[in-house]
Amino acid sequence: MTAPADSRGYVHGDVLVSTDWVAAHLSDPSVRIIESNEDLLLYPSGHVPGAVQVDWTLDLNDQVRRDYLSREAFEGLASRIGITPGTTLVFYGDKNNWWACYAFWVFQLFGHSPARVMDGGRLKWEQEGRPMTREVPVYPATTYRARERQDGPHRAFRNEVMALVRAKGQLVDVRSPEEYSGERLHMPDYPNEGALRGGHIPGAKSIPWARAINAGDGSFKTAEQLREIYLQQQALKPTEPTIAYCRIGERSSHTWFVLKYLLGFTNVRNYDGSWTEWGNLVGAPIEK
Amino acid sequence: MLPGALRHVLDAFALVSDPADRANLLIAFADQFRPVPPDVATPPYPKDHLVPYCESEAYVWLVPQADGTAALYFAVENPSGISAKALASILASTLSGLPPEDIAQVSPDIVEQIFRQNISMGKGMGLMAMVQAVQALARRALPR
Repeated sequence: MTAPADSRGYVHGDVLVSTDWVAAHLSDPSVRIIESNEDLLLYPSGHVPGAVQVDWTLDLNDQVRRDYLSREAFEGLASRIGITPGTTLVFYGDKNNWWACYAFWVFQLFGHSPARVMDGGRLKWEQEGRPMTREVPVYPATTYRARERQDGPHRAFRNEVMALVRAKGQLVDVRSPEEYSGERLHMPDYPNEGALRGGHIPGAKSIPWARAINAGDGSFKTAEQLREIYLQQQALKPTEPTIAYCRIGERSSHTWFVLKYLLGFTNVRNYDGSWTEWGNLVGAPIEK
Repeated sequence: MLPGALRHVLDAFALVSDPADRANLLIAFADQFRPVPPDVATPPYPKDHLVPYCESEAYVWLVPQADGTAALYFAVENPSGISAKALASILASTLSGLPPEDIAQVSPDIVEQIFRQNISMGKGMGLMAMVQAVQALARRALPR
């Protein structure tokens, strides 16, 4: 059995809530539970009572440019799910909270700080036999005045990655070992989304994202176990500028969450351009 | 030429353009899913019936019947495998009772027609592999 999150020694452990905590706050009007999945059929087939769905493609991404939603679109999304800047958001989802962390990360671009992730995600909630419903809640629309999106603190762009490569800074490649080595251009069992070259960004350390997770119930490993993986085995330094990347920035948002909140890295960003950009960039340096 | 019952299901999906309605239709099929009966197979299921590339841990059986037709059975071990259950339910209900030569004609292209925008990134290959596994079993059952 996994130890309670508040006893696992995380630097900012209050960003995680347990399934018990969520069960006790299902009717709390100051809390909004948000499910974010890869599989679009999961939410309509059953979800945590009162939870709304935020879809990573339709809700969080601009529908024309490769970019995230604008301030106006974010305000519209916030209004639709009935939240104010003071609402405590609790994200959870499939794939060990992979997409929940992605949604959490995008919400941080707009500075929505009262935000949490439900430890273990959908898997743990289901394993514990907790209630699920197909009833889609409707909350009164709110007026949410968001600040302009501030990418800087959380998001890295290719030129910043290039600068970090030249400075021999900390890059974390969270893809599978086969993608890192260049043996594969995409995840096992997933379609090739168009990278022309395989390999990794020079100097990047290979730390597949799922190493941070207990496979049995999807919960995060303890701080001690995480420090062993990221600090001891891979010699990352929490005070050094760090950029995580994967294929389109989803798996690496999970690692961003681990490094920033659970291990307290002070300057960590997610490169959402990731391999689908770097592996297609003319002249970009690649290691195999 | 697609078997009539499957054609009928594909026609029904073709009429549903709204992704939410399509999701509900898929979930309705998933709700009808019934796992392989114990007289055909019991867990732990043999790996030679496991569909490759399918993260939902889907298994498939094709059982020849005395009248020359075949019956299809599936197991989906991942409780979150809603897409796999929906497809298994469609395949089992529309192809069981047909001769293997008809079942072998069904192409993985039907996955795109059924799921369209409701297919998630990691699912497409696994779902197409389910149809390919059915095809392969049907070919193996063809009279020699």
